[in-house]
Amino acid sequence: MKDILKMDIMTLHKHIANKEISCMEITAAYLQNIEKKDEKIKAYITVTKEEAEKRAKSLDERLSLNSNIPLLYGIPGALKDNICTKGILTTCASKMLYDFIAPYDATVYEKLNDNGMTLLGKLNMDEFAMGSTTTTSYFHKTYNPYDLSKSCGGSSGGSAAAVASEQTLFALGSDTGGSIRQPASFCNVVGMKPTYGTVSRYGLIAFASSLDQIGPMTRTVYDNALVLDAISGYDKKDSTSVMKPSGSYTDDIGKDIKNMKMGVIRQFAAKKINSQVVNTVNEAINWYEKQGVEIVELDMPSLDWAIYAYYIISSAEASSNLARFDGIRYGYRPDEFEDIDRLYEYSRSNGFDTEVKRRIMLGTFVLSQGYFDQYYNKAQKVRRLVETEFDRAFKECDFILAPVAASTAYDIKDAKKDAVAMYMEDIFTVPVNIAKLPAIALPGAMSEENLPIGIQLIGPKLSEKTLYRAGYAYEKRNSEVSHV
Amino acid sequence: MYKGYVMNIGLEVHVELKTQSKIFCSCPTLYGAEPNTHVCPVCMAMPGALPVLNKKAVEYALMAGIALDCEINLECKMDRKNYFYPDLPKAYQISQYDVPLCKKGFLDIETESGNKRIRINRIHLEEDAGKLIHNEKEETLIDCNRCGVPLIEIVTEPDMESREEADLFLNKLRTVLLNLGISDCRMNEGSFRVDVNLSVRKQDNFELGTRTEMKNLNSFAFIQKAIEYEFKRQVDSITENKPIEQETRRYDEKSRKTFSMRKKEDADDYRYFPDPDLVKIKLERDYVESIRKNLPELASKRKPQMMAKYELSSYDCEMLLTDMELAALFEKAAEYTKSYKSLSNLIISKKDSVLGILPEKLATIANMSYKELINAMTARKLIDMLLEKDFDIEKEVEEKQMGQINDEKILAEYARQALEMNKKAIESYKKGNFQAIGPIIGQVMKLTRGYGNPEKINDIVVKCLNDIS
Repeated sequence: MKDILKMDIMTLHKHIANKEISCMEITAAYLQNIEKKDEKIKAYITVTKEEAEKRAKSLDERLSLNSNIPLLYGIPGALKDNICTKGILTTCASKMLYDFIAPYDATVYEKLNDNGMTLLGKLNMDEFAMGSTTTTSYFHKTYNPYDLSKSCGGSSGGSAAAVASEQTLFALGSDTGGSIRQPASFCNVVGMKPTYGTVSRYGLIAFASSLDQIGPMTRTVYDNALVLDAISGYDKKDSTSVMKPSGSYTDDIGKDIKNMKMGVIRQFAAKKINSQVVNTVNEAINWYEKQGVEIVELDMPSLDWAIYAYYIISSAEASSNLARFDGIRYGYRPDEFEDIDRLYEYSRSNGFDTEVKRRIMLGTFVLSQGYFDQYYNKAQKVRRLVETEFDRAFKECDFILAPVAASTAYDIKDAKKDAVAMYMEDIFTVPVNIAKLPAIALPGAMSEENLPIGIQLIGPKLSEKTLYRAGYAYEKRNSEVSHV
Repeated sequence: MYKGYVMNIGLEVHVELKTQSKIFCSCPTLYGAEPNTHVCPVCMAMPGALPVLNKKAVEYALMAGIALDCEINLECKMDRKNYFYPDLPKAYQISQYDVPLCKKGFLDIETESGNKRIRINRIHLEEDAGKLIHNEKEETLIDCNRCGVPLIEIVTEPDMESREEADLFLNKLRTVLLNLGISDCRMNEGSFRVDVNLSVRKQDNFELGTRTEMKNLNSFAFIQKAIEYEFKRQVDSITENKPIEQETRRYDEKSRKTFSMRKKEDADDYRYFPDPDLVKIKLERDYVESIRKNLPELASKRKPQMMAKYELSSYDCEMLLTDMELAALFEKAAEYTKSYKSLSNLIISKKDSVLGILPEKLATIANMSYKELINAMTARKLIDMLLEKDFDIEKEVEEKQMGQINDEKILAEYARQALEMNKKAIESYKKGNFQAIGPIIGQVMKLTRGYGNPEKINDIVVKCLNDIS
């Protein structure tokens, strides 16, 4: 028997359906690998070992009665720790929720359960998904499986690191300004940030409601599409969710990409980017061109403003979304307090760490009387401008190729440098969230230091199938992508 | 008018809508349940939970807007009003800020000097907060059952110039909302809550003065008293050269005074912004028109006809029309009797239980009342009896000897006995305490087993007392 850990979803599915490999064997293989590797990588906050074993056992028992099983039946997965799971700790990697057990399931978790997934655990992240390093977690940092001295990216760093190090077959992350794509790029995995509304946000602990989107992180493009099939669709509990396109997200995978049109954004080329990242992107452009894809150069000047609009809008929404963490109904609360205002003050001062507090203050400021028009309203105008510019761009091309991050994974020691400098790192990822578009990060190349470099494909709204099609072709260019 | 000053009153009325479920989740809205039993992750503001707007709440708010002749904003949105308070689990209230669902309406009231138009500034949709319960152990408990109950806030222009006008407006507004069937409008249960904005000005000066806002007004009577007090307080303050400050004041029921709660400069900055969890509200014109077409009939339309046809007073018609079912019952029963006033009195006095009675039976009772065959107490008693089981009223009255005792000789004898038993009351009455007559009359009525003619008893007792002195 081949190594279970190397198998993709379809392969495992066939083995499970034919009863050649049991769900328990698969779960055991992954749990063993977690035990072996996570001491150093620290991708997980909670490993649900007992629940997973029980689940796998019951899946095996039910299998004898059931021949027609869903694709994710017995497939091990893990969730970013901002996705609510009934009866299991959901911490947002914050002291504020260090002991929080949600009384209900997020829609995505419900859907995955209905599809037969076995949950392995909950994954580390930056506190409340604010950050791009997975070093601001209350519990511990997560280390890059390719080099333990490097950051795994963030905020879905635990998800990326766990997938990359075979500690789960797939993971869900959330992406507000690049939090799926950037760690995917740093850890050599496939990360999809779907069109806003494709995946229900019900049960995702909100950072910025108009930007947040849950998405799959996997080792292959095909697996990614399969997981998106399972978690997407209109949800009556989330009024911002949308109907999914008919069929499967795998429908266009394997189709010829000849004569497709690919956009390249002129403004992005002018940014300060690590030369190895530039090379990787250029090689990808050349490769696509060789396959018969037409390259279109795009002029999108408003993208320069997207980053500012992003930090205003996301902080404004966060300041309000995080107000419910007041120490009253759940979460961290000091043992002693003099009155209600002190209860709020101590709970929030001690429950939140620096970065979260910075964003709450920033958001509170931009929404304040007298500043609202100057900041929030202006940011909304920029947002519409960016949307319009993308709409125009997609009249000329089917998808856009861009870098994910300006560099490869940075030293974990440098992760807490100047906040504004960190914010500026997100220039290639935030315009996608601002415009509510889908984008996928794909493994591109390895740097001289043997660190992964990803590329990003951005499409118009609801064009996930196109992105999977173009991404799959690129993934297959040199047969196998190796994993640690 | 007081010291040459007049007042201007604007009202903010919060009305709980009686939809089956809450405004953003499917929890029930019923009043009076065990604390924290009508709650879910959404209304408890669990992390990750999302609101979804209840269409029925929008429909009810539109009904109010249409009935009050408002313009409807076909496109509007929900906004977040951010502030920390323990009864507000999300630490923001979902409300409407710059674009309300309805605006620029009016409601006409009938004052002694003729019709007067009170302009409605806006009606917006929002969610209610929970309730704080302070117990004897000096603990504060939170009941989240009310969190997320749909509310409309109706804001008037400062067009009312006396407490009577405010009272007329509130009564009429309440009747309209009851007619629409969108709220119970029960002040004691908090489903109809009124804040009063009041300012004063010299009679010939048309510029409005600085206003204060009064909260904690839990009954129509308190509203009247609060307006009276606050009007004088403001005038006295100005005439003593102390300018009025814009502030929120709390009405205290015990002392019947208002007290400053907070000044305007301490006003919170609510940091309103559009709620990103909810999509814009976009209404089709056809949808609004269909609500307009299907709007229940309003009392204001029926009242003049009713007054003319049955020769009833304005007050009687208004009372009957607070509930369209009551009005319908009255009209059906009126086909069997001409004793309209007795019928109306009977229905109004038993409005909570009369709906189960057949119109013919009601007419019979009204007729008997009119002919003085039974007294009002017996009439009400008969209704209670009819609710238990049906019977022939005239026969029952005769068999059980429930007929009114009109014989003055008999009543005079009872009066003599009653006075014999109430020597103290007589003394008290002689000293000028006319209320002392009450127990004596009660005693006579008791001796008649409740079947005496109350007017005659009154006359006889008064005569006897005057004879004694």
